[in-house]
Amino acid sequence: MSIDTMISYLPLYWKALILTLRIGWMGIVLGIALGLVVALIQHFKIPVLRQIAVVYIELIRNTPLLVQLFFLYYALPRLGLKIDAEACGVLGLSLHGGAYMAEVFRSGLDGVPAIQAQSALALGMTRGQAIRKVILPQAISTSVPAFVANIIFLLKETSVFSAISLMDLMFTAKDLIGLYYTTIECLVLLVIFYLLMLLPVSIIGSIVERKVRYAGFGD
Amino acid sequence: MRDLGIDILFKGVNFQRLLEGLWVSMRISLISVAISIVLGLLIGALMTLKNPVIKVITRIYLEIVRIMPQLVLLFIVFFGTTRVLGINIDAEYASIIVFSFWGTAEMGDLVRSALISIPRHQYESAAALGMNRLQTFQKIILPQTLRRLIPNSINLITRMIKTTSLVMMIGVVEVLKVGQQIIEANRTTDPNGAFVVYGAVFVLYFIACWPISMLARYLEKRWN
Amino acid sequence: MAETILEVSHITKEYKEGQPVLDDLSLEVHKGEVVVIVGPSGCGKSTLLRTMNALEPIQKGKITYRGQEIRPDAKNITELRQKIGMVFQSYDLFPHKTILENVTLAPVLVQKRNKAEVEEEALKLLDRVNLADRKDDYPRQLSGGQKQRVAICRALAMHPEVMLFDEVTAALDPEMVREVLDVMLELAKQGNTMVIVTHEMAFAKAVADRVIFIDQGKIVEEGNPIDFFEHPREERTRKFLNTFSYNKVEKEAE
Repeated sequence: MSIDTMISYLPLYWKALILTLRIGWMGIVLGIALGLVVALIQHFKIPVLRQIAVVYIELIRNTPLLVQLFFLYYALPRLGLKIDAEACGVLGLSLHGGAYMAEVFRSGLDGVPAIQAQSALALGMTRGQAIRKVILPQAISTSVPAFVANIIFLLKETSVFSAISLMDLMFTAKDLIGLYYTTIECLVLLVIFYLLMLLPVSIIGSIVERKVRYAGFGD
Repeated sequence: MRDLGIDILFKGVNFQRLLEGLWVSMRISLISVAISIVLGLLIGALMTLKNPVIKVITRIYLEIVRIMPQLVLLFIVFFGTTRVLGINIDAEYASIIVFSFWGTAEMGDLVRSALISIPRHQYESAAALGMNRLQTFQKIILPQTLRRLIPNSINLITRMIKTTSLVMMIGVVEVLKVGQQIIEANRTTDPNGAFVVYGAVFVLYFIACWPISMLARYLEKRWN
Repeated sequence: MAETILEVSHITKEYKEGQPVLDDLSLEVHKGEVVVIVGPSGCGKSTLLRTMNALEPIQKGKITYRGQEIRPDAKNITELRQKIGMVFQSYDLFPHKTILENVTLAPVLVQKRNKAEVEEEALKLLDRVNLADRKDDYPRQLSGGQKQRVAICRALAMHPEVMLFDEVTAALDPEMVREVLDVMLELAKQGNTMVIVTHEMAFAKAVADRVIFIDQGKIVEEGNPIDFFEHPREERTRKFLNTFSYNKVEKEAE
């Protein structure tokens, strides 16, 4: 294993990491927003939209992200909807993440006892105030562990971006292995860079989880 | 109506090839799930032991699997073994090794949490009724553990099937790769093939996974 | 007679058609009056209380607060609910808010009152139920009886004109029942208008100006507590009251 080789590869990996992070975080943030909306639609049983939400969740959760990306990237342009690879990555990840996050938030919302909403209403709150001040804070805090697990899951899923020719970490590693046969160096760097990306999230996640579980609400 | 080009699917043996590709994915997942369940039961039972060494080792194992994308693991096993051990490992075997490594950890964690989720008073009331340890385990603990475990294990199968789509990235010719080949071969005659073929792959995956997800959900509702 | 605050007239409520939970029921609550509603489980007494705060829709009839109709879809329902305080059976404090925040949340958010002023008042209310020193704790750190006393303060902080109590002691350990009932007795003594659903017959007798017995969605009997408990007119009332007393066990001869 040659350290020099690895050092010479660093800028390429660094660039790839930035790309993965950029697309990953944008996709995840949009996915969280989408998931919250879908969860609220399901929890409050809004007609029509609710049925659409079920179809959306089932379709996404029962097919691989890779196939979804292929469809968005290679198939949709045939219908005249052409988007570049990066936008496609963001779109694919947010659609994918939305379905998973929706399930997280929905079980959080369903976990808040009905009496909580009723006592908020009995105090004269509007529905909106009850949702914002009473229901959502509780739903979100019980969702934290599943939420953190899903963020890590989605960041890991970004590893398939190379399939739509985005120059992410996997793409860079495969490319360098093919060009120079420096397999070990490339794989070691690959692991290091994924750890760089995922370890902080995992650590921060478990700290937040512990805070919510033990300190939260006075337990 | 504009011709959507569905016929590309049924030209020659195209559809049959897609199904064969799907079978490759299913085969890899089913073998990996079978291995994962057997090893996972073992690891899961080990994880409930108080032995600190076992605790640390299983913990590290679980964290590695949790943090590393499956694709990275696939690359390591497929490209890395060739280089380090000098053996050329078949891509399909590499996939089964990686998915079993991953699945065993997931299954082990499911087994562990199912085992520790049985409340203490269940053991105590069995003891109070004069049951011995074996009877308690057989009649009281195991049935409850299985009810918690089975829906989640079934879910692991769908996750496994979905994850097998990654194996095309190390060159296994499964359903997505077959789709790609069909589109390539018909590029000149069927420029719109991508839409139909990738659509079909999407639907095939859905048909493979959805009933299993529904079964898991049904069992979960019925038992919990 | 004092002015009417709540008027329930000929209401029918059903979850399934043809199976009314409340059946053509009418009732008035006057200013300063303490009305206690009793009846067997499932008789509709809690449902009746919930309809008075528009937490349940009704199929027929009308409920009014000072002449204004109470319906879940009424435009001014949030204003009406501010006038009608409610305390529930389960400890429904907001778990993510401290004790003080539980009491101050709605007055500040809904009534847009000055926060410092509301806090001062909330502390006075908490002091009256001997919980001022727990103001920074979270609901989970309190016992059931303490939580229920806070829930009463939370409702009072809105300055309601009438308070509804829905079996507030039913989920409490026996030794905590008393501390909650004492707070309610105190409120009754001060002349507050209250509608109470309860299973505590001794308490009902002590606190009520009027007792109403409901069975199968209808009012079977109503009257002042002495008549009601000591000389019930209806057979069904007698049977119901009998379920609360026990005969001394006589051992069977061997």
